[in-house]
Amino acid sequence: MILDATTLPLIFVTLMGLSILLYVILDGFDLGVGLLMPFATPDERDRMIASIGPFWDANETWLVLAIGLLLVAFPAAHGTILTALYLPVTVMLIGLILRGVAFEFRAKAPRTQKPWWDRAFFAGSLMTALSQGFMLGIYILGLRWTWASVTFALLTAGALTVAYSFIGAAWTILKTDGALQTKAVRWARGGIWGVVLGMGSVSLATPLTSDRIMDKWFGFPEIVLLAPLPLCSLALIVMLWVSLRNLPSANDRFAWLPFVGAIGLMALGFAGMAYSFYPYIVPEQMVLYDAAAAPESLRIIFYGALVVIPVILAYTVLAYVIFRGKATQLSYD
Amino acid sequence: MEALLLSRVQFAANISFHILFPTITIALGWVLLFFRYRFARTGERKWWDAYMFWVKVFALSFALGVVSGITMSFQFGTNWPGFMETVGNVAGPLLAYEVLTAFFLEAVFLGIMLFGASRVPGWLHITATFLVAFGTTMSAFWILVLNSWMHTPAGFELRDGIVHATDWMAIIFNPSMPYRLAHMLLASGLTVAFLIVGIVAFRRLLGDRSETSATQLRFGLVLGAVLIPLQILMGDLHGLNTLEHQPQKVAAMEGNWETGPNVPLVLFALPDEVARENRFEIAIPNGASLILKHSADGVVPGLNDFVAEDGTVLHPPVAPVFWSFRVMVATGMAMLALSWAGLVLLRRRGAHNLPKPFLYAGVAMTFSGWVATLAGWYTTEIGRQPWLVQGVLSTEAAVGDVAAPMVLGSLITYLVVYAVLLLAYIGVLLHLARRAARGDTPVREEPRRPSEAQAAMPAE
Repeated sequence: MILDATTLPLIFVTLMGLSILLYVILDGFDLGVGLLMPFATPDERDRMIASIGPFWDANETWLVLAIGLLLVAFPAAHGTILTALYLPVTVMLIGLILRGVAFEFRAKAPRTQKPWWDRAFFAGSLMTALSQGFMLGIYILGLRWTWASVTFALLTAGALTVAYSFIGAAWTILKTDGALQTKAVRWARGGIWGVVLGMGSVSLATPLTSDRIMDKWFGFPEIVLLAPLPLCSLALIVMLWVSLRNLPSANDRFAWLPFVGAIGLMALGFAGMAYSFYPYIVPEQMVLYDAAAAPESLRIIFYGALVVIPVILAYTVLAYVIFRGKATQLSYD
Repeated sequence: MEALLLSRVQFAANISFHILFPTITIALGWVLLFFRYRFARTGERKWWDAYMFWVKVFALSFALGVVSGITMSFQFGTNWPGFMETVGNVAGPLLAYEVLTAFFLEAVFLGIMLFGASRVPGWLHITATFLVAFGTTMSAFWILVLNSWMHTPAGFELRDGIVHATDWMAIIFNPSMPYRLAHMLLASGLTVAFLIVGIVAFRRLLGDRSETSATQLRFGLVLGAVLIPLQILMGDLHGLNTLEHQPQKVAAMEGNWETGPNVPLVLFALPDEVARENRFEIAIPNGASLILKHSADGVVPGLNDFVAEDGTVLHPPVAPVFWSFRVMVATGMAMLALSWAGLVLLRRRGAHNLPKPFLYAGVAMTFSGWVATLAGWYTTEIGRQPWLVQGVLSTEAAVGDVAAPMVLGSLITYLVVYAVLLLAYIGVLLHLARRAARGDTPVREEPRRPSEAQAAMPAE
C-alpha cells in the first residue's frame, strides 16, 4: 500500500474512529457505573467502584488518543470542531476532572467527606455523559447552533447518557454477584428501553437532517446492502431482552451476555454513524482529505502506531485478565 | 485582544495546576520502585510501609495529573487552534508519541501496581512499578522535546506559512532539549525529596517514632542533598544554552538593559519598562558577566537591543521574568541549606533524633519543589514571549476566535475547581500523614511470595 495524501487520511480517520469506539465502550461502562451511584447503597458503591478501579484510567486514555489523532492528523478540522464545541467541551472537562479525582479522594479523604466525593463522582460522570451526547448531536447537525440543533443535541445527550448507564449496568452484572447483581439486572431491564428509544430516534433523525445522508441510506442498492446493520441491532436487542429476563442465573451462566450485547449495539450504532458521515470530518463542511496534516508527519506517526498499538492492546488485555472475575473490595494490596 | 489575554491566563492557570502533579509522579515512580525493590531484597517491613504510604500519594497525584492533562490537550483546540494549524506537523507526531509510548503504559500498569500486589507474582508487581515510572519519564521526555522545540525550533522548513518537518533527529534533539529535560527531571527529583522530608517531618512532629519514618526521612534528605548541587550545575548550563539561543530572555532574567561588558549581577531591583531602567537596584559588580561569560569584562546582552526601529518591543515582559527567576534561585538555595544541614545532623544525631526546629524547617519546605518548579517555568515560558514558537509563531496569532465572556466563564470555573482540588489534595496529604503517625493503617497482607503466587495463578 502506498502511504500518500489519499491513503494516510483514510488510515488515520479509521484509527481515530476505532479509538473513539473503544473509548465509548470502555469509558462508557465506567461512566455508566458512576451514573448508577445514586441507586446503590454505600457498600454497593464501594464494590461497583472497585470493579472499575484498575481500568478507568486506561479507558480514559482512549479519549486522549482520539482527540490526539484529531489534533495531529486533521489539524484544520480540530480547531473548527473544538472552538464550535467550546461550551460542552468545558462542561465535559470539568466533569472528567470531578469524576477522576473523586475516585481517588473518596478512598483517601477523611470518612466524613466520602459522601461528598461520591456526589462529585456522580455529578462528574453525568456532566461527562451529557456533554458528550450533546456534542454528538451538534456535530451530526454540522456544528451549527440553532434552536433545532440544540433540541436535537439535548435528545442525543439523553440517549448517550442512557446508553452509558446501560453498559454500566451490564458491566455490574458481569463483575458482581448477589443482591447487587440482581439490582443491576433491574437497572439494565429499565435501561434497555431507553437505549432502544435513544438509538432509534437518533437513527431516524440523522437522515432527516441531510439529503446526502438520506440518499446514502435509502437509495438502491444501499438499502439492501445496509439492511444487516438495523437487523443485527434488532437481533441484539431481542437477545439482550431475553438474557436480562433470565438473569441472575444459576452458576452465573451468561452473566457476560448483556455486556457483550451492549458492546455489539454500540459498535453497530457507531458503524452506522461512520457510514453516514464518510468522507466528511466536519459534517457537510470539510472532507477529511482537506483537513489532513502533511503526509511526512502522518507517516512517522503511522509507523510508530503500527508497532505500539498492538503492544498497547496486548497489555490492556493482560490487565483485564489479571483483574478478571468478580470484583471484591478495593484494596491496595 | 481581551480573549487573547483571558486565553493566556486560562492556559497558564491550567498548565500551572497540571505541572504540580507530574512533577511529583515523574520522580515518585522511581522512588516507589526503589522502596519496592528494597522490600523484595531485604524483606524488611519498613520498606513495604514506605511503599504503601507513598503509593497512595502517587495514585492521588497521578489522577490529578491525568484529568488536568486531558484539559490541556483539549485547550490546544478550543483556545489555540493556530498552534496546531501552524506547527501541527511537528507538534502532532511528538504528542502522538507521548500518548502511544507513555500514557497507555502508565495507565494500564498503574492499575496492576495499585491493585495487583496480591493478584500477580512479585516480579510482575515490580515490573509494573518499573513500567509506570518509565512511562511517566517517557511522557516527560516527549513533552519536553515539544516544549524545547518551541523555544529553539530546528529541523523544519516553512511552506506557505505552515511548518513542515524536514529532520526528525534535529527536531527531537533540538538545541535546548537535553538541558531542559535534565533540568526538569532533577526538579522533579527535588520536589519529591522535599515532599518526603516535609510530610515525614510532620509525622515525626506528631509523635511518629516508627523505623519506616526515620528511614524515609533519611532517604528524602540524602536524595535532596545529592540532587541540589547537580541541579545548580544543570541550571547554570541551561542558562548558558539560553544565552546562546534566546539572549532576550537572559537579559530579562538579569534585568540588564544595555549590552556591554562588566555587567553587574542584580540581586534586587524593580524593573521599570516605561523608563527602561531598574529602580532600587542592589547589585554585585561584574557578577552577571562572570556567571554568563566566565570573565569580568564579558559582554552580556541587554534588553534595549530587542526593540524594533518603530519602538515595537520584541523582548518578554521584564518584571515577571526577573522576579520568577529570583524566586527559583532563592528556593534552590534554601533547598541546598536545608538538605546539607540535614546531612550534618543525620551524621551527628541520627534520623531518630533530629532536632525539632530542623523538623519544622522541613515541614515549611514541603512544597518548595512546587514553588521552584513553577517559578522556573514562568521564567522560561514568559521569557519566550511575545512568541509561542520562537521566531515562527506569535502567541497573538495562535489564539482562537472564541467570545471573551465565554473564555471568562470557563476560566472562572476552572479556577474555582482547581482551588478546591488543591486544598483537598493538601488536606488529604496531611490526613494520610496524621493517620500514619497514629499507626492507624488498615491491616493488610503483604504481597505474595513469588512461589505461591505462581502456583496459584493457573488454578484461578
